[in-house]
Amino acid sequence: MNKIWLIIQREFLNRVQKKSFLITTILVPLIFPAIIGGMIYYMVQEAELAKPDTVQVVDESGKFSFEDSKRFIYTKVNVPLEQAKKAYNETEDFALLYIPQFDINNPVGLTLYTKENPSIEKIGNLEGNLAERIRELKLEQYKVDEETLEALKTSVSLKQVSLSETGEEKSSSSGLLYGVGFVLGILIYMFVLIYGIQIMQGVIDEKTSKIVEVIVSSVKPFQLMMGKIIGIASVGLLQFTIWILIITFVSSSMLAYFGLKMPQEQMREQITKQMSSPEAQEAVASQNTEVVEFLGMLNEVNFAKIAAVFIFFFLGGYLLYGALFAAVGSAVDSIQESQQFQFPITLPLLIGYMSLFFVILRDPHGPMSFWLSIIPLTSPVAMVGRIAFGVPTWELALSMILLVGGFILTTWTAGRIYRIGILMTGTKVNYKVLAKWFMTKN
Amino acid sequence: MEALSVKNVTKRYTSHVALDNVSLTIPEKSIYGLLGPNGAGKTTLIRIINQIINAEEGEVFIFGEKLKEDHVGIIGYLPEERGLYKKLKVGEQLLYLAQLKGMSRSRAVEQSKKWLKKFQITDWWDKKVEDLSKGMAQKVQFISTVMHEPRLIILDEPFSGFDPVNAQLITQEILSLRDNGSTIIFSTHRMETVEDLCDHIALINKSKKIIEGPKKQIKDQYKSNTFIVEHKGNHLQLSSDRYQIVRQETLEDGHYVTTIKANNDIRANQVIRELIDKTELQSFREKIPSMADIFIDLVKGEDDEALRKHLQEAV
Repeated sequence: MNKIWLIIQREFLNRVQKKSFLITTILVPLIFPAIIGGMIYYMVQEAELAKPDTVQVVDESGKFSFEDSKRFIYTKVNVPLEQAKKAYNETEDFALLYIPQFDINNPVGLTLYTKENPSIEKIGNLEGNLAERIRELKLEQYKVDEETLEALKTSVSLKQVSLSETGEEKSSSSGLLYGVGFVLGILIYMFVLIYGIQIMQGVIDEKTSKIVEVIVSSVKPFQLMMGKIIGIASVGLLQFTIWILIITFVSSSMLAYFGLKMPQEQMREQITKQMSSPEAQEAVASQNTEVVEFLGMLNEVNFAKIAAVFIFFFLGGYLLYGALFAAVGSAVDSIQESQQFQFPITLPLLIGYMSLFFVILRDPHGPMSFWLSIIPLTSPVAMVGRIAFGVPTWELALSMILLVGGFILTTWTAGRIYRIGILMTGTKVNYKVLAKWFMTKN
Repeated sequence: MEALSVKNVTKRYTSHVALDNVSLTIPEKSIYGLLGPNGAGKTTLIRIINQIINAEEGEVFIFGEKLKEDHVGIIGYLPEERGLYKKLKVGEQLLYLAQLKGMSRSRAVEQSKKWLKKFQITDWWDKKVEDLSKGMAQKVQFISTVMHEPRLIILDEPFSGFDPVNAQLITQEILSLRDNGSTIIFSTHRMETVEDLCDHIALINKSKKIIEGPKKQIKDQYKSNTFIVEHKGNHLQLSSDRYQIVRQETLEDGHYVTTIKANNDIRANQVIRELIDKTELQSFREKIPSMADIFIDLVKGEDDEALRKHLQEAV
């Protein structure tokens, strides 16, 4: 036991003391906001700086009158189309829009001539403008005025209440639950993949540097494998914790910088306003109910339970896959060779990840979601995706037991391959060889 | 007491038998040479002693106790395929390896400093292994093998890849470790090492032990009653069929070197008596077979026998 502890310590320090650890730990959480921020900035800049495009219009229907906007300047051309086309070709203008006589119930034949292929965005904008105008024409035709139309618009927002097994009522929001499941599922997927590959890399390094025979003359191969898996897990937990702290800090300070106040603060302000001007009370109250309801829902979601389940599946999933990655590392002599064996390991992980979007978050209580969250290879991602939506206790218990069982099974299997593999350099390994190693007596 | 006693150890792999009923007795404070061609089963045996793999049949006793997990601390092992953590500093590396052998951290610090000082490389403590030359890394490997003061040191082809200066240095350390009470097992197929250092020897070929014992005894056993004579004046002519001239070389000024094989019942003195009247003797010595000769004879003999058997079966 003491020796496993030594290995855990060593593996942890080896990685944490590296400069690259410091760099990735600090940079990764900054990169994504930086990229997103940069893109938004660029888009805003472009939109602001962009000159409006000139569109020549040949309107045979006579139904249109265009107003110039930020994007487009319209110039009417009162000549036949063929002539207009020739004239257009000699100008620098963006496009020539041809509107023939048409039936407003079936607007066909509208054509846009351009010199280069225009972006979807510009086409969309133009189409939107045309549709808007045709809609107005239709309103006139049906003798409907704008106000009636406005009055027809009805918005219904279902208040969601889930009845628990004990009959307790909880209001919930699918959107919120979706978000929780989405983020947690991705976190597990990323963690398992990133640190699983680190385990594999570590095993390959030990094998190729030939230190491993010295080590296994002091400790059992299984101890070495577990020490490495746990050591790297602690590096990962540390790194994730730092990332979450940095992201929280950066995002809250960004929000503050852009003048967006945190919801609590907003509420407090509103409450003070309410107190000072009783007349405004009603108006503010209606606005407030939504915020209050949302916050109420946040309270209703059992975060303690979600966190506990998340940590369990986070570690369980990592351990389950970690041992498999270690076994792959032990079987090969270089990272290039590892590809063929990595695939069957990453496949179920990927299935879990993909099904998060296509199955679990869409239908968290369906049979597919059930099975994906029960089978140990996909359950870490699938179960945390489902958990916020409420999972019956027996399903959760079954999934947890199977995950522990799966972890023991993969670790045992991997350990048997690992103990032989680490001492075999320069052998051509295929699945048959792996099976042979697995069967070899100690 | 015996440092190590291997009793009837057999290890099979799916395709072949790596060790076939091998027994060895390694006396304490000896330098024991484990010889054999590549693939004979030496490394398998060493891995069994190091508990990296288990024997299928048979037992191993170390200093009188049945081998168990705790014993890794009293063994120092330098494998043939050896390396170090490339990214780790020399000091950290030594401490880690010694601690894995069960040494306390403070004692490990003490020992590693002592050894670095002994090799006059104290300033390497903070160097990464990847920045060391091959020869430098070998020194660090050797230190990591012996710094936890093992009573049994197992060196698998220790000199392969060593430059002569390092080899000399390590040889000296090995001798002084033996003098301080350690037992050393060499696994090698380099005969000069055996000739110079080992006092006990075992030969393994094709998974089986062929011969074992003190080096002197084995050499005596394989003497062929052959003598080398330097003499002057004339070509040697022996009339008796009890002697046989194996070869005769002529040196300058009428000096000769003659190799004589005598029948087994003839003693050296009788040979001298026979020669004294026939030539002017300048030197006379018995030809002691080198380990290389014995090794090759035995291994070849085995092969020939196997070949003969094979042919017979074929007929």
